[in-house]
Amino acid sequence: MADPQQPLGETRQFLSFSVGKEEYAVDIMTIREIRGWTETTRLPGSPPYMRGVMNLRGLIIPIFDLRTRLQQGTTEVTPRHVVVILAVAARTVGLLVDAVSDILDISDEQIRPAPAEPREPGDSLGSSTDAAFIDGLLSLQGRMVVLLNVERLFDVRQIDKAVSQAA
Amino acid sequence: MSTDLSQFRQTYIAECFELLADMEARLMELDVGAAGSEALNAIFRCAHSIKGGAGAFGLQEIGSLTHVMEALLDSLRDGRVAPSRASVDMLLKARDIVLQMVEAARDGVKVPENLGADIKAALQSAADGTPNASPSTLSLEDKPTPPQVTSEVHAPQSWRIGFTPYQTLFMTGNEPILILRELARLGQTVVTAFTGQVPTLSTLDPTRCYLSWIIILSTDKPESAIREVFEFVTDHCDLRLVNITLQTSGPVSEKLPEKKMDALPALPIVSCAPAAAPVTTAASPPAEDPVHAVPHVTSIRVDLEKVDRLVNMVGELVITEAMLHALMRDFTMDKLSGLLGGLSELSQHTRELQEAVMSVRMQPVHSVFARMPRLVRDLAAQLNKDIRLVMVGEATEVDKTVIEQLSDPLTHMIRNACDHGIETPAVRLEKGKSAQGTINLSAAHRGGRIVIEIRDDGAGIDRARVLAKARSKGLVATDAQPAEDEIDAMIFLPGFSTAEQVTNVSGRGVGMDVVKRNIAAMGGHVRISNTPGQGACMTVSLPLTLAILDGMIVRVGKELYIVPIANILETLRPTRADVRRLEQRGDVINVRGEFIPLVYLGQVFSVPNTHQDPAASLVILVESNQQRAGLVVDELVGQQQVVIKSLEANADPVRGVSGATILGDGRVSLILEISDLTLMRASTTAHAWAA
Repeated sequence: MADPQQPLGETRQFLSFSVGKEEYAVDIMTIREIRGWTETTRLPGSPPYMRGVMNLRGLIIPIFDLRTRLQQGTTEVTPRHVVVILAVAARTVGLLVDAVSDILDISDEQIRPAPAEPREPGDSLGSSTDAAFIDGLLSLQGRMVVLLNVERLFDVRQIDKAVSQAA
Repeated sequence: MSTDLSQFRQTYIAECFELLADMEARLMELDVGAAGSEALNAIFRCAHSIKGGAGAFGLQEIGSLTHVMEALLDSLRDGRVAPSRASVDMLLKARDIVLQMVEAARDGVKVPENLGADIKAALQSAADGTPNASPSTLSLEDKPTPPQVTSEVHAPQSWRIGFTPYQTLFMTGNEPILILRELARLGQTVVTAFTGQVPTLSTLDPTRCYLSWIIILSTDKPESAIREVFEFVTDHCDLRLVNITLQTSGPVSEKLPEKKMDALPALPIVSCAPAAAPVTTAASPPAEDPVHAVPHVTSIRVDLEKVDRLVNMVGELVITEAMLHALMRDFTMDKLSGLLGGLSELSQHTRELQEAVMSVRMQPVHSVFARMPRLVRDLAAQLNKDIRLVMVGEATEVDKTVIEQLSDPLTHMIRNACDHGIETPAVRLEKGKSAQGTINLSAAHRGGRIVIEIRDDGAGIDRARVLAKARSKGLVATDAQPAEDEIDAMIFLPGFSTAEQVTNVSGRGVGMDVVKRNIAAMGGHVRISNTPGQGACMTVSLPLTLAILDGMIVRVGKELYIVPIANILETLRPTRADVRRLEQRGDVINVRGEFIPLVYLGQVFSVPNTHQDPAASLVILVESNQQRAGLVVDELVGQQQVVIKSLEANADPVRGVSGATILGDGRVSLILEISDLTLMRASTTAHAWAA
């Protein structure tokens, strides 16, 4: 899926994936691997977006449901669902998404800043993603891709805030 | 090259720690008896090895301090200075400063400029402090000493040094260029390299050394200084050293490093008192780039025998695996028994391999015990007491992780024994005891655990005082009359300290409860037995390893959890009549007349679809920190050794869970933390009631 406009200047690579109808992307350098869904072990007392832990070659890693994190309900997992393993700060975590779509070559000029205020549900963005963990927006052939800041996505304080807002 | 060098530097630093520990232990021994020359030699060797490496890695401050230590040791050895407590103290202090310097070098920080300057001066004056200067100093060319160094300096001499390394030189971690640089620091050098042995490029093995050198060195330093440069390669090269100033021929015989440290009578003209060997490192510029921070690497030393055993087992494993592959290639049902046999062999090898790998991690407790004599000695001096430490079972092996975490609690308990336990000599004599108090520190394996005992023959615990203290602090009700062992156990309560005055030795009130918590965190427990007036005994029991645990797999709903076997007392299936519901206190179960609170795991962990009726499920009686509880689970699945994995490396800690493990089907299962669960009981059951 080549970009019609030749990117100018320095480009970075992003991996895009979908949750529902939305498309998201993260910097490809944070990605360790992509795996199929395997059953997780629930951790007692963990927030709803944490699906539990799984075994990644002897390493115990937590799996987060991106859909729940974005406050769009819980993913009904099938074997076709995908876990993206990310290195976030010193930790390794998994992100449950519906499907991985593409690798994007993006130059910095193509990234539009995210709106400063969180959008109301039901507006043109159609998501209630907290702007704090959006790094920017991309428009590609009419598609809108949200660049996620994974560090903020898993920042405990942000998560607590999100939970208390949800409550 | 620089990366290689930093690697050697790490090895050197690790070695320094060992040498310093060894030195300390030997100095402690020296304190007791008359100083034998063997013991002094051993200490000297430690200092010398540290000094040698310090020069090579540009750690001048370590080099110069160990050098004066050597000077004093040499005076002691020659009998010019009589060994005394003061000199041993001085050496110990110097050792501590070298340790600081080595730690600084490891962490890549600079040591304060004048660190150890005073001890250095003290050592030097102690070493020189004899009127009868060594008669062997017959230096012909005794010149006025240059101002900067206190040592003797000789007239320049020319040496012809033939240095032919064995081809394997590099494998021992040596680097000829460093040696040549070191030589250049001693004086003027003319270096000729011989390349005749270098093979053609196609046959050249870059890990081998094909070069040899002849160095003409003009120096005012004695032969010993030159030999010192080659200290670490003497076994790996042919070395010929000829003094060409004097035209004396005859290669100097190869001497073992130990021998070389003795006075050098071989060449009479240049011999000098080793006590005053020139400070080669102090006057020279830094050799290597300044210290840069290196990541902290921990390493263990393993018996070669253990490694050989591992290699053998891996070999067996590979053979079995190949056999199974061959069987599976064209498998028919008649080969089934062969397959089953192979599988059982495989599991046996795997188990053996696991044991062998674990044994690699097993280290004698000696490394922790070795620090204690010094501690006791220092404390005894500080407290004006006479204390003897007797250690038994230092060779007892335990996992390295346990050893690392054992040091603090042990130090604390020994401190307590010295400070609170052993009385002053006057008091002891009054009580009809010997003036010298004794602390026994012992380690032994008992039933798959290591048991460490700290027993003193001091005053024991004054129960009246402990009780009064506990009452005044509100730790126990004023009208309660606890039993004797309950009073003894009060010293483990947080915020408890009986020392009449807070000393800087112990008694800040953060003591025993922290010790107890640390030990409990390792899956161990500590018990105290007390005979007032006769002494006290602390018994610490710890698992041999923290990496593997005997666990019972239990099912709750669809979830599987691991209960550490060490915590399990028994399992039972209660009848409905055994379970009582107490107002505000949750459910209890009657076990032979004792009422034990129940913990519904399904509720505590909010697992869907679990039994709420204890009579329809199983109760596992567990104990932790003398707290008992009955865990209500759906089913016992089986018993298994599980490998403990950290949950907290990637996820946040969960209350009631100490870690995780991976079961045979690759799924993660959580290991329960019983001490948490017994505490979680109250809130959850009360909550369940309200709901």
